[in-house]
Amino acid sequence: MPDEDHVTVGKAINRKDGIAKVTGATVFGNDQNAYRQLHMKSVYTHYPHVEIESIDLSEAWKVPGVVDIIVARDIPGNPILFGRFPVLVSDRARYIGDAVAAIASESAESAEMAAAAVCIRYGKQFDVLTTVDQALAPDAPMIHHDTQGNRIDYASHHLHDGNAEAVIREAPKVIRHSYATQFVDNGYIEPEAVITEFDPNTDTVVIRGTIQNPYNIREALAKVLDRPLNQVRVIQSGIGGSFGGKDESMMFIASRAAVLSLRTGRPVKAVLTREESFMASAKRHPITSNYEAGLDENGRLLAIKSLHHMQGGAYNKQAMFANWRGSIHAAGPYAIPHVCTDIHGVHTNTIFGGAYRGFSAPQVVFGIESFIDECAEAVGMDPVRFRLLNCVKPYDRLPTGQVLDPAFMPANVADLIELVCSKTDFEKKWERNRIARTEVGSTSVVAGIGLSITFRGVGLGGEGIDTGSATVTIDADGKVRVQSGFTEMGQGLSTTLCQIAAEEFGIDSTWVTWSQNDTAENMDAGPTVASRGIVSGGNAVKDACGKLRKRIEEVLLPKWMAPEGSTLHFSDSAVYAMTPDKELLNRIGFAEAARICLKGEGISLRSLGWHSPGPQYFDHESGQGPAYPSYLFGATVAEVEVDQGTGVIVVKRITSAIELGKAINPQIVRGQFIGGAIQGMGYALMEEMDCSDGYLHTRNFDDFLMPGAMDIPPIDIIISETDVHVGPYGAKGIGELGIEMIAPAIANAHANATGKRIRELPLNLERVVLGHAL
Amino acid sequence: MMDIRCEINGRVHDLTVGASERLVDMLRDRLGLAGTKEGCGIGECGACTVLLDGTPVASCLVLAAQADGHRILTIEGLAAPDGTLHPVQQAFIDAGAIQCGFCTPAMVLCAYALLSNTLEPSEREIRTAISGTLCRCTGYVQIIEAIELAAQRMRQYSQ
Ligand code: FES
Ligand code: FES
Repeated sequence: MPDEDHVTVGKAINRKDGIAKVTGATVFGNDQNAYRQLHMKSVYTHYPHVEIESIDLSEAWKVPGVVDIIVARDIPGNPILFGRFPVLVSDRARYIGDAVAAIASESAESAEMAAAAVCIRYGKQFDVLTTVDQALAPDAPMIHHDTQGNRIDYASHHLHDGNAEAVIREAPKVIRHSYATQFVDNGYIEPEAVITEFDPNTDTVVIRGTIQNPYNIREALAKVLDRPLNQVRVIQSGIGGSFGGKDESMMFIASRAAVLSLRTGRPVKAVLTREESFMASAKRHPITSNYEAGLDENGRLLAIKSLHHMQGGAYNKQAMFANWRGSIHAAGPYAIPHVCTDIHGVHTNTIFGGAYRGFSAPQVVFGIESFIDECAEAVGMDPVRFRLLNCVKPYDRLPTGQVLDPAFMPANVADLIELVCSKTDFEKKWERNRIARTEVGSTSVVAGIGLSITFRGVGLGGEGIDTGSATVTIDADGKVRVQSGFTEMGQGLSTTLCQIAAEEFGIDSTWVTWSQNDTAENMDAGPTVASRGIVSGGNAVKDACGKLRKRIEEVLLPKWMAPEGSTLHFSDSAVYAMTPDKELLNRIGFAEAARICLKGEGISLRSLGWHSPGPQYFDHESGQGPAYPSYLFGATVAEVEVDQGTGVIVVKRITSAIELGKAINPQIVRGQFIGGAIQGMGYALMEEMDCSDGYLHTRNFDDFLMPGAMDIPPIDIIISETDVHVGPYGAKGIGELGIEMIAPAIANAHANATGKRIRELPLNLERVVLGHAL
Repeated sequence: MMDIRCEINGRVHDLTVGASERLVDMLRDRLGLAGTKEGCGIGECGACTVLLDGTPVASCLVLAAQADGHRILTIEGLAAPDGTLHPVQQAFIDAGAIQCGFCTPAMVLCAYALLSNTLEPSEREIRTAISGTLCRCTGYVQIIEAIELAAQRMRQYSQ
């Protein structure tokens, strides 16, 4: 898109919340306090899968400072949150993060002491199912009595196009491999915090905290508290990172605290320790993927059949959505005539999976992109030529039946492959490493280079209706307020939305301010997930601004007796009335225009912007239909050094080319991409939550290792802007593309370096040296 | 309980603190200096970093009593009294080194401590200076660039 058309959009303006953040003034969840507040502590089960006979609170009540204690029967409304998550359990614990009681006390210390004094009497110990295989075994006990063989409700999805099975049977070349990924935490540095309060004046329960999806929490709490939606108000605090995670864990603590607030009439504050956060927050689901491909003699993919199992944990509210996304992406951005994908979610007595940046894509992209390299090798082709031969091109048909119309999805992935490969001299290095590895011993340090590509459906697609909201207000001095129904959690959305408003009104971006979301102020915009803030939120801001411009035009043009067909233009902080012959009729400042409308004519300058793509038509039985309005595309090269003696993989450089539509703020786009890529690197090399016996052994940042400043390689990003009409100015949302290509690129680089293939994440020391986990 | 005297952000404080009270709690709960964050409580994340006599320390691992007789700088004490940002703070904004901002106070203080010792840090020295603080959002690249930018601007001022 030609940039000269835009004044503010496309510029790297500084973040709106920058000064507050560098001075430590931002109020995060745990920085909030209220007069007469109580402190809450949850009491957790000691065993992962056990019958609970009774809960003895007598000693806990004796701890000085204790004001109230609740157990499951004290919940006034529905005791179950979304996805079978209980607010508190009463008769059975199904995973180690289940809580049986919550205590409100005058101090955090006394709440903790009282929690330790609660005596739980346990009955029967049930088998602890910690793997998908155990949970799917025919004689496995049922974690919930009413599921089908421990399968997660509504989490099985299918994409069947053509007749993959028959084609593979007849294919000249057949390849089969399996891949597995691990539980990882979102790793936000700020643990969850909430403060709940009952406001008797408005008969409303007010919840303030580190909440990624305020409307979800509002809906869940309305049910738990048995109150209408308009009597539950969620106001976001500053959020110290979320990436998808501050959702289920927030439902837990917000619901328990809110019940305590209603009973005591006092504000209740709950802050999780890191150990609690790790135990009771959503992880990226592990997925095991079995791939089969049939190829012809020339290396053309004829068919791919794949079966995936997502490990969901004891309860789950995301597998149904994540698996749908997984089903669309599992065969990658390839033109394959026959595709058959099946994906299921399975309950286990472990920590649970939920949303973490990328949702299900990092898992299935690791699978398919490792598999594609293995297919290339099996037919004697290099990974670049193999991908160029098989990847989708404009006007190709995806297995969903959707045709890649360049007006919406440029499908320029072949160009992106060529860009990253020529920039890194890929083919030469790849060949050199391949030859070099055979000449050295198996303990030396060897170099590797790996490629991966992806496509990523924009927004929710067929997961649900992708509506967005924003309220835009112009005050009498011409300054503008934007309040979005989407959440600022560090990704920079508030700044980007302010930029859009500034662009639409032709004013400086410093004239626009924003506020955190408040469910009492804004329409339900749905969750802030799937990188949809920019498309749905940005389009909503544009919509609101457009309505306000029209209102101003309808006041000013008649007032200036402009001839029929005249128009009003907004730029340089002024409005210009132009006749149909393009002659300037009048010009006044934007602030003056606002004052005339508000003070002179009594016209409202507040508008609700709304974005709705309309209902989705998607056949969930066969997986056929327009799954997403558009896709982003990307290609990434990772260059590594593998020390075969110690198992250390050092990433030397990451090079990515990405197609993202339009970058509204290039600085924010770059930060989002790099941040995602480094999370992807952690996922590839070191991050893993160990819940292998039902107990969580990864309890804090000393066990859960994430990349630090010393680990970061140079990252080159080539941004390809394209003229697509999906989000505002063609933007498509960049929050998640960075993360999903990294692990397979590194795994492919490791294979190039060593000649050995690791099919499980993470590629940590043991797997590199021994070929398997300890 | 014990009585301590320490200088916090340039002001002398006389305080009575508990024997097991942590510095992070003294700063946050007693003095309302909530810019110091807690992310792990075990010295791993660095979010609670403050400068003790100019050296970064994890305030979750330091007892309040240990601050007796020492000088502490928290993020609230870095900008000039009139609100003018320190060049390190300004550089963090200009270089896009902030996302959620939870690690930012610690990162800024680590950078400030480094640049108090040298205005010509190597990239390795910059990485080392912030290596005790985790950032999950940025991937560190723009933080490193921000510190380079701050150093460059501070060299210009000092000439
Ligand atoms: S809170 Fe002190 S190092 Fe994490
Ligand atoms: S900006 Fe979020 S942790 Fe660093």
